[in-house]
Amino acid sequence: MKTLKILVGVAFIIAISAFAIDKVSNSKTEVGYSIGDIATDFKLKNIDNTDISLADYKDAKGFIVIFTCNHCPYSVAYEDRIIALDKKFKTKGYPVIAINPNNPQAYPDDSFDNMIIRAKDKGFTFPYLFDDGQKIYPQYGATKTPHVYVLEKTDKGNIVRYIGAIDNNYKDTSSVTKKYVEDAIHALLKGEKVPLEITKAIGCSIKA
Amino acid sequence: MLKRILYIGLIVIFINCKGEQKITLNATDTFKSNGVEIPVYDFESFKPLLTINDGKTRVINFWATWCKPCVAELPYFELINSRYSDDEVEVILVSLDLPKQVESKLIPFVKKQKIESKVILLDDPDANTWIPKVNKNWSGSIPATIICKGGTVNFYERSFTYNELEKELKKIL
Repeated sequence: MKTLKILVGVAFIIAISAFAIDKVSNSKTEVGYSIGDIATDFKLKNIDNTDISLADYKDAKGFIVIFTCNHCPYSVAYEDRIIALDKKFKTKGYPVIAINPNNPQAYPDDSFDNMIIRAKDKGFTFPYLFDDGQKIYPQYGATKTPHVYVLEKTDKGNIVRYIGAIDNNYKDTSSVTKKYVEDAIHALLKGEKVPLEITKAIGCSIKA
Repeated sequence: MLKRILYIGLIVIFINCKGEQKITLNATDTFKSNGVEIPVYDFESFKPLLTINDGKTRVINFWATWCKPCVAELPYFELINSRYSDDEVEVILVSLDLPKQVESKLIPFVKKQKIESKVILLDDPDANTWIPKVNKNWSGSIPATIICKGGTVNFYERSFTYNELEKELKKIL
């Protein structure tokens, strides 16, 4: 009888701990930034072989951090618009920082050498960084390319102000009716709240 | 020679075996070449598929030819399609390939891989509007899968093995 009680007790503890483990692993899958979080800085290799950090940009008011890559048709569809964003907002204090989060073993098109080629062919005006070892994108919570994080530089750090898509029509620039990233930065430059802080879009999964 | 035919209002009729309910989905366009037909839907015309109440279970997989993990799990969806009767389970592969790549990438892929399941193209660029209508928690990354029957809709933003997929299917069958 006593043995039975102990067995029941042990089984109960196992059941509880299994539940606890399940809880822990659940919360682990939900990492990534929310609006208002402080985004981590990084030191990643640029296509010109220099290391780039957000802290290097002393005069910036913020950043347009875009996880993007070579192989994804959705990223490619946005390349010209990413260049336009950089040209438009770099001078206003919001430069584009592009990061390729993909594992080149899964996607050979996204190798560092191919990043250099693509950036040169398209005439990228912004740094195109390689998330070597895929350490930065999970902290941001990027799930796909392209995936944009607009950060506002403050005394407390770089605050996440917008997460999502560049605009509301990946296919056709002329059919765009909402420019989410531009609207976000215009609001920030005026010291106002970003009108639409989170948007969703189809993209190429980063995990392969 | 690739030929693209426009059928405005092409009607695809889903009739269940008992003929209890008829649901029509109106494709906005159809790509046709090499003996493969891919109907095209915007979200409005696609939406009724998620709520058909005809007793049949539907496995709806969002994928694209450029998505490696999607392509890797397609054989499991094909296997479900072949192992379960058409009256019981319908597998629908919803491609999110770019429309301009349907003839150059999607149709050759479907042909080469001899895909038996129904393949349709969802072409609706305003994703921020329709993604939350599929599931409010979906980030928009693929692969993503819906298993639904009647009003019950289970959503998965993940990859599957065959056993995992069948296990989820059996929960709702």
